[in-house]
Amino acid sequence: MNKKDAFDSKKLDQNKAPLLQALTEYRKMRMVSFDVPGHKQGRGNEELTHFLGKDCLSVDVNSMKMLDNLIHPTSVILEAEQLAADAFGADKCFFMVNGTTSAVQAMIMSTCLPGDKIIMPRNVHRSAVNALVLTRALPVYVNPSLDLELGIPLGMRVADVRQAIEENPDAKAVLLNNPTYYGVCPHIREIVQLAHEAGMRVLADEAHGTHFYFSDDLPVSAMEAGADMAAVSLHKTGGSLTQSSLLLLGPKMREEAGYVHQIINLTQTTSASYLLLSSLDITRRNLALRGKETYRRVIDYADYARCEINELEGYYAFGRERCDGDAFYAFDSCKLPVHTRAMGLSGFEVYDILRDDYNIQVEFGDMGNFLAILSVGDRPVAIERLIAALGDINTRFASLPEGMLVNEYIEPILAMAPTEAFYADYVRLPLEECKGRISTESIMCYPPGIPILAPGELVTDEVLSYIRQAKEHGSQMTGTEDPTVEQLCVVK
Amino acid sequence: MELWFEEHNTDDAYFALRVKKQLFSQKSDFQQIDIYDTYEFGLVLVMDGAIMLTEKDEFIYHEMIVHVAMAVHPDVKKVLLIGGGDGGALRELCLYPGIEQIDMVEIDPLVIDVSRKYLPKVASAFSDPRLNLIFADGLRYVRHLKGSYDLMIIDSTDPFGPGESLFTREFYGNCSKGLREGGILINQHESPYYKNDAQEAHSIFKKTNQIFSTAKVYQAHIPTYPSGHWLFGFMSDSLDPIADHDPARWERFNIKTRYYNSDLHKGAFLLPTYVRELLAEGRLIDE
Repeated sequence: MNKKDAFDSKKLDQNKAPLLQALTEYRKMRMVSFDVPGHKQGRGNEELTHFLGKDCLSVDVNSMKMLDNLIHPTSVILEAEQLAADAFGADKCFFMVNGTTSAVQAMIMSTCLPGDKIIMPRNVHRSAVNALVLTRALPVYVNPSLDLELGIPLGMRVADVRQAIEENPDAKAVLLNNPTYYGVCPHIREIVQLAHEAGMRVLADEAHGTHFYFSDDLPVSAMEAGADMAAVSLHKTGGSLTQSSLLLLGPKMREEAGYVHQIINLTQTTSASYLLLSSLDITRRNLALRGKETYRRVIDYADYARCEINELEGYYAFGRERCDGDAFYAFDSCKLPVHTRAMGLSGFEVYDILRDDYNIQVEFGDMGNFLAILSVGDRPVAIERLIAALGDINTRFASLPEGMLVNEYIEPILAMAPTEAFYADYVRLPLEECKGRISTESIMCYPPGIPILAPGELVTDEVLSYIRQAKEHGSQMTGTEDPTVEQLCVVK
Repeated sequence: MELWFEEHNTDDAYFALRVKKQLFSQKSDFQQIDIYDTYEFGLVLVMDGAIMLTEKDEFIYHEMIVHVAMAVHPDVKKVLLIGGGDGGALRELCLYPGIEQIDMVEIDPLVIDVSRKYLPKVASAFSDPRLNLIFADGLRYVRHLKGSYDLMIIDSTDPFGPGESLFTREFYGNCSKGLREGGILINQHESPYYKNDAQEAHSIFKKTNQIFSTAKVYQAHIPTYPSGHWLFGFMSDSLDPIADHDPARWERFNIKTRYYNSDLHKGAFLLPTYVRELLAEGRLIDE
């Protein structure tokens, strides 16, 4: 089935929004509440109601018969989830209110038992690494391969995945990013085929891939490519409220859906926010009905910006021309990653200047690039401002190009299982004294939140020098117990 | 029945004019444009609910946005006018024979059409052969410039609508790159009085003061603008509006004005203490 067919194959009436409808009816009933939440449609918290609005507080309610219950949905939530599954071409959909983090964790926890192996690229999000700690699963890291010119990690090469599968035939799954933070997609169809032939599941972190489901001009989505599960951050590029997310299951998971739900319920709140749930329902309807034209517009904006930025001196806004048929198999055109080193500035620096001097907040900066994300809310004036600000930054700050910093892939040396390391007795030492020790915690630049060091990994010279350089270039480091990230917890 | 037009200066204060008749009302791709015939001020051009000009007092704004710079710069040949679709600033510029080229960048063609139809005395210079009319986004236009203008005039709407991007650091930065050495940038600088306008005036000053070695503010009394007290900005990297003021040269142009004159030129830069405090520190009048 080609992409277009999948696109038009919706079976349900996508005009419906059962949760929206139920909440609208609830509002009309002027129900007297002797249940939680205690603000009782906002009346008990005047300041909050003034700040967020009466309409908002009036539907911040508890689960009840007419509004269903996310723990055990049987009516409007179930129906809304079925509509979402239909819209995303999935067999089953779970609404998630603990962020895409919880969706990624549910994928891993429902696939791996303690001691099970899971194949994944090293540039996964910290939520995946944390899930390893929770499940006692063991990562088999695949070199995500690098674009040495740009200094960015890509997807996994098919050959590397094949090798990892051959060397670890007992692994339970392959986890992949579709796309990565930078908009890079691996050859997901091929990886799905390899994994399925070896009896492994494919789990897709699609935190940045919502829009793939609603456009013919973007890379293939995980569900369409045959992946078994996908964690989709509807809030990141789709327009729902922050923290709302979807977990999608493919048809092969039909028998397992009940088990997956039990796993979700292990950690998901029992007081699911109807603000988040209704935002998922409304956003799904909007995207199903109008997503195609919306994302066409977003792609046009991003392509225009790429073109204009590339006419400025000192910048390289890269895109589809980098695709190599393998580790950079496809590019998400709604992303606007820009390489900055030709004018002697790091991506961190441009990220900071944009915010401090121009009131422009982009998603993140790294050593050599910054990333702007375009989504449903963008408008031409904002695009023009970004381009003009970049031009002005070049005029003000451009200097000679600096040599590329360390961007070689740092092969992680897993000296201990992540769970063991995380729970081990530890000491806190100044970073520079940690060489040769095993870390019990993660360190990452946030965003993007991809660990430089994860629990169980050996602290090497390479890791320490990367951390030092990232700090020197103004990166915000997080992950350690020590809030200043001067000290690291290592196994005693 | 009485018909009144109200412009809300804040949630709690408004300015109102009794209307004879509404002559025009249309939403363009960028903004709502209305023309009212009023008893007190004649025809009034309103954009997104804010008075842009009235027949009776428009001369004040247009004289002040043009002549101050023209009495400082010794030899303006090439001018960039951003906004100003009503044609008032253009009319004043066209009084100078030494100006060879005026590039006017207006985002909204409907403003010009409406002004030419209803306000011919304001829009009187659109057929001047020195005019090069460009329909484009101002920010997008300026980022392609490199040292080509002697004078830039930013005659924009408020920063709360389509004029938003003309009040940004990136806009001023690109403008500065587009000026010739010794060039001058003049902008409408909002009002120092009501809170929203005043905060914006402070923010404009903060940005322009970082970019240009000279950033000075001057004022005029414009009865139909919020509070009646309006500011303009004078920016340059080499000229000072007072030290380089050359009244004798300007008098030789023999331009008949009704608000601007060579004495007022100096006085316009003498600001009330509360305005100085606002510009320098961002302190509002009731703080």
